[in-house]
Amino acid sequence: MNELLKISNLSVEYHRNGRKLRAVAGVDLTLAPGEILGLVGESGCGKSSLGKAIVGIEKPAEGEIRFNGNLVKPLDRRGRPTELRNLQMIFQDPYGSINPRRKIGDQIADGLIVAGKPKNEALKISAELLEKVGLGASALDRYAHQFSGGQRQRIAIARALAASPTAIVADEPISALDTSSQAQVSNLLVSLVQEFGMGVIFISHDLSVVRKISDRIAVMYLGKIVEIGTTEQIWNQPSHPYTRALISAIPKADGNSNMPLDLPGDVPNPAFPPAGCRFHPRCPLVQVGCESSVPEIRTLKDGRGVACVLQTSNEIVVPLETIKGR
Amino acid sequence: MPLLDVENLTVTLATSSGSAQAVRNLSFSLDEGEIIGIAGESGSGKTMTALSLMRLLPHKGFATGSIKFSGKDLLAQTNRAYRDIRGNQIAMIFQDPMTSLHPMIKIETQLTEHIRHHKKISQESAHLKALELLDTVKIPDPASALEAMPKQFSGGMRQRIAIAIALACDPKLLIADEPTTALDVTVQAGILRLLDQLRREKNLAVMVITHDLGVLSSLTDRIMIMYAGSEVESGLTSDLLKNPRHPYTKGLISALPTSSISGKKLLTIEGMPPELGQIPSGCAFHPRCAYAKTSCESQIPTSISISTKHRIFCPVNPLVSS
Ligand SMILES: Nc1ncnc2c1ncn2[C@@H]1O[C@H](COP(=O)(O)OP(=O)(O)OP(=O)(O)O)[C@@H](O)[C@H]1O
Ligand SMILES: Nc1ncnc2c1ncn2[C@@H]1O[C@H](COP(=O)(O)OP(=O)(O)OP(=O)(O)O)[C@@H](O)[C@H]1O
Ligand code: SF4
Ligand SMILES: [Mg+2]
Ligand SMILES: [Mg+2]
Repeated sequence: MNELLKISNLSVEYHRNGRKLRAVAGVDLTLAPGEILGLVGESGCGKSSLGKAIVGIEKPAEGEIRFNGNLVKPLDRRGRPTELRNLQMIFQDPYGSINPRRKIGDQIADGLIVAGKPKNEALKISAELLEKVGLGASALDRYAHQFSGGQRQRIAIARALAASPTAIVADEPISALDTSSQAQVSNLLVSLVQEFGMGVIFISHDLSVVRKISDRIAVMYLGKIVEIGTTEQIWNQPSHPYTRALISAIPKADGNSNMPLDLPGDVPNPAFPPAGCRFHPRCPLVQVGCESSVPEIRTLKDGRGVACVLQTSNEIVVPLETIKGR
Repeated sequence: MPLLDVENLTVTLATSSGSAQAVRNLSFSLDEGEIIGIAGESGSGKTMTALSLMRLLPHKGFATGSIKFSGKDLLAQTNRAYRDIRGNQIAMIFQDPMTSLHPMIKIETQLTEHIRHHKKISQESAHLKALELLDTVKIPDPASALEAMPKQFSGGMRQRIAIAIALACDPKLLIADEPTTALDVTVQAGILRLLDQLRREKNLAVMVITHDLGVLSSLTDRIMIMYAGSEVESGLTSDLLKNPRHPYTKGLISALPTSSISGKKLLTIEGMPPELGQIPSGCAFHPRCAYAKTSCESQIPTSISISTKHRIFCPVNPLVSS
């Protein structure tokens, strides 16, 4: 099968005050070359943890990741093995991921030098990359603290692209950018996908950009994927109650001063996930039994996967309005 | 008299190639209970504008012009007099709530110390005030939340706690720099509703910096758009979003995924934003502007009024409203 990434039954655990926290609780995903998979969900639901495990930065507690068929082993101090060099990540936190004491140019050039480019050529390519993400070549000689939030984010993108990735986990790559810079960066990712068949897992809170560029969307809640399908399916006919809540909370930029819908209830603590369906304490459509039995992800007739007892056939049982009218 | 009246604010920063102006001749005002949104290109000086109100500019950075708050010129205050204003009458929250929270100190301690630093009240009253604040920002079970550490909360909860700390001394002005950028849309909706409620119930004035035009649309009364350190357009939220008149604002709105063409590509504004210290002559936007005339290369735009409260800095005024 033509799979760039194959993620099977992946779990990531952290230990905090002697307690176990399952940030990712059994995720299956695939990514094809030339595909953009949008990954969305509540803050803290485990998107970054999943992303880091995929590129080998976080050690999975269970499950495995294959990149071009090769097992992704957690990275050690020797760095990225050759067969994983084209698997890269753009980190969510541009403050933490850029070294404050090294010039920006040298940090971007690293990836190129590792790939065997001489230093002066590497710096030349770095300047071009900086220009592609919308920063001038003069950024080469500056340090991280001299840039604004959005400028640092673009530096992080240029650095990840320097390694000529064939698969990239882009963790909130555009969150700190103005709309035109967002468009520029997402166009850049889209052209790398369309021209070179790069595969992208695009993690973002900006759902309208996710909708625009993704082929498929996976929705996570508290460590699990609750719905996955084509962009059209998820957007036009969201099935899982959490997906619906997400979509109705997007604020519209139409100048009409409408407050977006809020999702009542407390964000659960992942150290103590609710029993049964993890969404049940906040679910506006909660059924008898949801508090005890765990809904498995089921494939509907239209091909999407949903983990909710309400969905047993292709029909979307409950109309959207039930949620909209809350 | 407006609560905040900023005139000709210019912020100068030290860069590796000498000093450069990150904010240039910015003037705006804000009334009590009003919410103004500031958006604009990344690097256009939004954060530096906020930091100059807080007098927290980076090392060797300084502000000129005047910032009047309740009639007092903030830039003229001594450090000691200013300390009384910051945190007390003007408070700020950041994109990363951990900027305002210490990771290893109990929420109760952080809140009550902040309260008692600014107000001479007993530990007992400070404790009650802390409970009340957590309740205001809708933290469930405030009593046990006081016993917890910041890291035990989710990002959205931490931002609520940061807001609680900011509100501790009943400020008149809250500056929020990208307060929901790191949060998902459902949590964001909760924070937006909270800010709106605080404005209605406490007459709090809010200056919110965000690039999210949807957030601006739902929350703000007025919007100011910045480019290369200066205002290019400002107006009532609905006027500005429905009838943008400056070519840069128009470009920002056209770049929204919802206004774009079909396919995966989005519309962008051609060219690159100027670098600090290399601001183009005349209208700073002219190298990227589709409507630029020769005069735009030399003439610094002054404001022209479109309607009440709506003005643009573009003498060409090429976009006639539909
Ligand atoms: N290094 C760590 N040690 C302990 N807990 C962690 C660590 N990293 C993340 N967590 C916890 O794991 C959970 C998932 O975090 P993660 O960062 O993956 O979420 P996310 O979906 O990326 O959230 P956001 O949208 O806010 O970026 C959270 O509860 C978080 O507090
Ligand atoms: N400490 C510093 N020293 C020198 N220049 C700086 C410093 N901090 C920021 N700058 C520069 O000042 C300009 C304005 O920065 P500011 O942080 O105000 O931008 P911003 O509008 O908030 O952008 P963003 O939307 O990306 O956060 C930018 O060009 C930035 O590179
Ligand atoms: S002043 Fe000239 S260059 Fe500037 S926005 Fe207007 S038309 Fe464009
Ligand atoms: Mg994350
Ligand atoms: Mg900023």
